[in-house]
Amino acid sequence: MNAARAASIVLGREVRAEMRTRELLQTTIVFAVIVVVIFNFAFEPSVGEARRFGPGLIWIALLFSASLMLNPSFAREQANDTIYALRMAPASSFAILLGKTLANLLFLGITELILLPVFSILYNVPLLPVIGRLALVLFLGTFGIVVVGTVFSALGTQARLRELLLPLLLLPVLIPLLFASVEATAGLLADAPALDRTWMAVLVAFDVIFFTASWLLCDYLLEE
Amino acid sequence: MKRYTIANMLTALLLFFAGYAALFIAPDEATMHAIQRIFYFHASSGWAAIEASLIVFVANVAYLATRNPQWDWLAVSAAEVSLAFWSVMLVTGPIWAHPVWGVWWAWDWRLTLTLVLWILYVAYLILRTLITDTERRAVFSAIFGIFVFLGVPLDYLSIRIWRTQHPQPVVFGGPNRLDPTMLKVFFYCSGVMTLLMILLVCQRYKLERLRYQTEELRLAVDEHLETRADSRRPGAGKS
Repeated sequence: MNAARAASIVLGREVRAEMRTRELLQTTIVFAVIVVVIFNFAFEPSVGEARRFGPGLIWIALLFSASLMLNPSFAREQANDTIYALRMAPASSFAILLGKTLANLLFLGITELILLPVFSILYNVPLLPVIGRLALVLFLGTFGIVVVGTVFSALGTQARLRELLLPLLLLPVLIPLLFASVEATAGLLADAPALDRTWMAVLVAFDVIFFTASWLLCDYLLEE
Repeated sequence: MKRYTIANMLTALLLFFAGYAALFIAPDEATMHAIQRIFYFHASSGWAAIEASLIVFVANVAYLATRNPQWDWLAVSAAEVSLAFWSVMLVTGPIWAHPVWGVWWAWDWRLTLTLVLWILYVAYLILRTLITDTERRAVFSAIFGIFVFLGVPLDYLSIRIWRTQHPQPVVFGGPNRLDPTMLKVFFYCSGVMTLLMILLVCQRYKLERLRYQTEELRLAVDEHLETRADSRRPGAGKS
């Protein structure tokens, strides 16, 4: 079985499991929206300030949501020891990791689909004129988050306090990504929207470096 | 044991002379005067921190490649020592910055990178405390250590993009040249700091090895006591 097919089967399995309960998605979405709402109570930004701080708010909300959402990705497998079944499957570790990464990309993408309109309406920041370029920034940023996050989710499975451990490991490693995503998004929300090529390059570099690393290290991650 | 005593004393002596060189041999800096002398301590600790972090990375990769626990001992030893030197950077930096920049801290990328690395090595060491299984701990912390190291060039790249308040590098290819005596003192201090770093890593490595051996012995004793208890039970020896 080739890796792409195995990964798509794992992806299908993750989506099916999630769709039976939808608990991970609903919790993540509500959490992300709550972050966006309480930001208003903490800072009460004007329209201009919302444009200025909006990109940071969006990415902080996504990063926090991801650091909570990604934990069950592997932790869920432990409840019924389904991780052994996954290991026994005729699929490479990379295919399993890739399937899970893509599932997390999808879940976080759905969260963004709801989060962004809510942000746009509550803070009066029009996003529609730049939606295409924004989608590209969001895709690259989200991909980086889930690539690193899925690997770290697997690291947490054997640890105590793993719910606390994942944000502790994930957030500092994602700092260059946060910086690049926020700057690229800010460029799109400026008066003359423009896609900052330099920060896009940093985003792409981040994605490529960590995707390659997770490909090289996945065998160690899933071993007995 | 005697070897270490000699090494300790020698390093202490060299460190003492480094302090003397930084305070009395290096010439006075034209605009910053005395406070600039912290540079010999600050920047050379920075080198030691970078070198120790490199050792962590090499040990992490080597552990995954060979599965020899000795590499794991080296990784944790170097990580703790690098954290100590990163801490020195974070403490001496603001002491210099306050009189020169007028603020204790500026969020430029060099400072931020140091702070981020400090946090990352703390996270690395916390991760290690939360995994009980020795082999799992070694594998997972090695993976995390490699991820941490891979992020460093990206942080560095961001410094280049982001214009900063931090003085541009003056030792390698900077626009302003360093006075030759200053340079000599700086290289001497960096060398001594590196020596101190190596000494600390060696001592910590020894400790980690002892810890591992104690753990092995304890397991062996447990096993032995268990088999003895089994053999005293009625009906023993039949299985």
